[in-house]
Order: sequence, then structure tokens, then C-alpha cells
Amino acid sequence: MRNRLLAFIGVLAAVVAMGLVVPAAGQAPKKYNAPKTPWGDPDLQGVWNDATSTPLQRPGNVGEKGVLSDEEAEEFQKSLEHDLTRDRRDGGGAADVNRAYNEHWMDARRLKITADRRTSLIVDPVDGRIPPLVAPSPERRRAQAARADGAARFAAGLPADFTDMSWPVRCVVRTDVPPYLPTIYNNNFQIFQSPGYVTIAPEMIHSARIIPVDGRPHLDKSLRQWLGDTRGHWEGSTLVVETTNFKSEEGVLFQGANPATFTITERFTRVAADAINYEFTLADPMTWTKPWTALIPWNKVDPDEQMFEYACHEDNFDMVHFLTGARLREKNGER
Amino acid sequence: MQLRRTIVCLGLAAVLVLLALAVPPLFGQQRSPAGPQFPAAYRPLRAADGHPDLNGIWQALVTANWDLQDHEAQPGPHSELTGAYGAGPAGQSIVEGGDIPYKPEALAKKKANFENRLRADVSSDKTWHALGDPEMKCYMPGVPRATYMPFPFQIVQGTGPSILMAYEFTSATRIIRMDWKQAAPTDSWMGWSRGRWEGDTLVVDVTGQREETWFDRAGDFHSDALHVVERYTPLSPYHMMYEATIEDPKVFTRPWKISFPLYRRMEKNVQLLEFKCVPFTEELLFGKFRKQAAR
Repeated sequence: MRNRLLAFIGVLAAVVAMGLVVPAAGQAPKKYNAPKTPWGDPDLQGVWNDATSTPLQRPGNVGEKGVLSDEEAEEFQKSLEHDLTRDRRDGGGAADVNRAYNEHWMDARRLKITADRRTSLIVDPVDGRIPPLVAPSPERRRAQAARADGAARFAAGLPADFTDMSWPVRCVVRTDVPPYLPTIYNNNFQIFQSPGYVTIAPEMIHSARIIPVDGRPHLDKSLRQWLGDTRGHWEGSTLVVETTNFKSEEGVLFQGANPATFTITERFTRVAADAINYEFTLADPMTWTKPWTALIPWNKVDPDEQMFEYACHEDNFDMVHFLTGARLREKNGER
Repeated sequence: MQLRRTIVCLGLAAVLVLLALAVPPLFGQQRSPAGPQFPAAYRPLRAADGHPDLNGIWQALVTANWDLQDHEAQPGPHSELTGAYGAGPAGQSIVEGGDIPYKPEALAKKKANFENRLRADVSSDKTWHALGDPEMKCYMPGVPRATYMPFPFQIVQGTGPSILMAYEFTSATRIIRMDWKQAAPTDSWMGWSRGRWEGDTLVVDVTGQREETWFDRAGDFHSDALHVVERYTPLSPYHMMYEATIEDPKVFTRPWKISFPLYRRMEKNVQLLEFKCVPFTEELLFGKFRKQAAR
């Protein structure tokens, strides 16, 4: 009898512990049955926002803690908010100018940590850090160095030409290249579904990612695209998305990963009426010593707050400002 | 036995003759003076909500992107280098009545646009958009031009309160908000689209378009007062009729209308690909600001 009671308490403790552990891994605390579309697919439709202040990698000041207590989380939240806010006047003139886009222009959601109080968006490896980089081949080293030289000229205010700017600055691609990572603004994604497709429209830039979920094969690998070629399938209520066929241009993929060897798997799971867990796993034996995974909560946006067009190239005045500014600096001998 | 077979044969023949007489257009026996006809009274396939299912990849085959009105074949820019590459095909007007009803001063601007269509000068923010066809500069084309560019577009129609139209050209997209009250909150390149169903026709009201877009390479243009009403009507599983009424009292003397069919792309495993043209324009737009090599 007493044994049975002990066993019961043991089971209860295990259940409670699991209840504590499961949210720690960023999963839904309890099973949520996602609504279905009329044709039977889990329904992910709506406008979602992925902004958060929780950093991709675990910062040094939280030690090895993956998940914080309430008090620790409050402290973490405050310190990140202080670091990230643009409405600060400390740091002198130069810092002030760099914060010229004040909070009015920013997504306020980016000042909040994730609801599950994690210290990093990375969930694997458990240290919450991107695995060490692999030493690049001589050929890749040259390509990366050329890119870095251009970036350095740009950072110094002396771009030699438009190729010294990054692909996002040039409005070729922005946060529409997977993996989707939170940024300072335009963190919205609208998901549309139709029989055989799931379509994700990122706000920045406008490129829609139309994902067949009908089992068709990928494009031939000779046909490459900036956003790659995407196919999806359902595993239970999770949309699993594989993207291949990325273009070979240097500097498009995360951390300069190598398009020929890079793989990305993304998982979209609706865990509540107003929440999707977005999880991605990146692997590239030429870039990282092992694959790694991050989990980012997507929160449903108020239906009155809609997606807007993010036109980038059309009025990209900065391209000319950067270049004419550089030419003027050279003329004035500031080089 | 023999007799019965003969009777059956005669009966069958009679039925065939009657059928052929009763429904001649189905068998393509009659030639209409107006050219090919769509089957009358087509009942479209239905989406889950009972409205017509417009999902699919569609494309226009008219050459209105070169000129909405009648136009002859024309050489491309720099044909001394590119020969017949880049040359424009001839085409018939898609404008009802043939001509666009410009106000006299607006017609002069259209002609100037055409003269300057291949120029671009982005050295000043203030005159950034003054010269050149926006298509040449890879700017989002606006409505209705996006529909008749020589690129496909995909309609994504689900159960949400909006329909997505995704265009291959520069990966432009627009969201059609169904039965939406709110007016355009600001101007944008692809405009503010609000949709409704009228029977089996999707009607889209488009306002809030940036004034810089053009209708075609011939310099046809509009102002910030542009109001477009589009109508998408399924005609068969493989065709839709597209109509757009164009209203802009600053530029035209009256509203005018264009129409043409859209064709469903039927290739096996067809998908919308990328036409990310920004890199194709950077030398044209920004090349002249490059650091010159020291002598």
C-alpha cells in the first residue's frame, strides 16, 4: 500500500518534472489540436510575428542556464531591453547618430524575451551556441576574404562600388532567405494555404515562398535560386520544409555557409491558437563542426494589424548616398 | 439476328447525326466569324467556401507590356549589338475601342515617357523616378501591368480572409483583402487591393498605387488618382477572362477598359520561379558612382 503511494508520488513527481522540462525545450506545455483546413491539413493561416529580444546565442552573463526562473527572467528582460532600446542618450554623439532610427521605427516586440524564458534561441547544442566554425578551404577563404574586404570598405564609409554592399543593403534579398531570424522591424509573416501548398509571405522583402506539399520532386539541381527551392510535407501536425538549390553567390546564406553543401530543415508547428513554434536545423560540413537547431516562437498578430508592402529597391536612395559620400570623402582626402 | 443488328446500327447512326446537328460548336464544325469561342455558361470548379477556385499559375499571352494599343513589331534597344534579341512582337490593342482617352497634356507626357524610356538617373532623391520605364529599373509593376507582363503569376486562395497573388517578375506580391472596409493606409507599388465576389467573378478594387508605375513600355502612365477595378471570371478549367476598368481624372477624359484571357500553365510540375532582377539593374543605376582607378 505504502509502496503504491510512493510509486504514485514518484509518477506525480516525474509528470511535474516533465511539465517543467517540456516548456524548457520550447514545446507546448500540453497537446494542442491545431484546427484543420477543409482539405485536412493543419491550419497555419494568419499573420505571425517572430520578434524577440532573446538572442540567438546564449550570452556570457547567464552562465550555463538554458531556462531562467521568474526573477532571473525579469532581470534578463530588463538588461536586454536596456541594451536594445534606441531611445537612449548615453554613449556620446556617434552612438546617438547610429541610433537615429529611434524606437518609433522599431518593432516593440523585439524588446521582450520569449515567454518560455530561454536564454538563447538555439536549443541544440545545449550550450546554446553556434558550433565552432570549420576552417575554410583555400578557395572559400579567398571568396570570403574578398567579401570581407568589401564589407570593411563599406563600414569605413568608403565603398568602391555597389558590390561592396551586402545583398540586404542592395535589396536583392533580406529576411526572406531562410532561416527566418528576428530583426529590428518588419518581423511579420503571413501564411496562406491552398490544397497542395503552404505559402509563406515574409514582409521583408515581398518574395512569397510557395511550398508544394504534394510530394513532387525538387527542381533539378542545375536550376538554382536566391531563396532556393522548397518542398514541404506533414509529420503529424508539423509542417516540415526542406530547401535546396541555393545560388552560389557568396554571403547570402547564414554565416557565409557554402551553398553546395548547406542543408536547412524548418519545422512549423501550431502549438496554440495564437502561437507557432518555428524550428530550424542548419548543417554544412564546410562551415560548422556539427548541425545546430534554433526554436523561435511566432506569435499571432492582431487581425487589425496587417502586412504592408516592403518596397526596398524602388527607393533605395542609400545606395547613391553611400557611393557619392565615399567619392566625396576620397576627394577630400579622407581615405 | 441480322435484321436486329442492322436496326441497331441505323439507330446509332441516327443518334450520331442528331447529336452532330444539336451541338455543332462542341465538335468544332462551325467556324465563327469572331474567332474562337469559350463554352457558354461554364460552371467553375468550387473552392471549399463555394466560390470559384482560382488557384493555379496563370499567364497572359497578349503583348500589351510593349504597348496596350495596336503596335507593330519593333527592334530592341541597341539592335546593332543584339540583333533580333530583345525585339518587341507586334500586337493588337487590348483597350476597348482601341485608344486610351488621354487629356491632351497627358498625351504629350506619354510621348515624352516613351522618348526617355531607356534613360535612368538616380543621382538625386528628388528626381529619382523622373526618367525611364520602371520595368527597366526592376521596380514592382503595379496593377494592371503585373497581370500582362510576359511572366506567370500564381493565385493562392485558401480559407483565410485574403487571397495572395504572387508574380514572377521581381517576386512582387499583393494581398487581396476580401470584403475589407479600411481604405489604403498609404501608397504602395502594388497598391491596396480589396476583393469581393460577384457571382462567379472575383472583383478587385485597387487604390493607393504609387504614381510612378507605368502601364507599358510605350510610356502609358497614370497619376496618384489611379483607381483600377479588376474582374477575374473563369471561362473553362484552363482560362479566365481578365478585365480592368481604369479611372484617373487627372490623366484621362473618361474611364476606359482593357480585357484579355489568362491561361492556366499546364506543364507537369510547373512552379513559379524567381525573376529577381535587381542585380540586372545595378550597373545601369549605380555603376557611374564607382571609384575610378587611379591613373
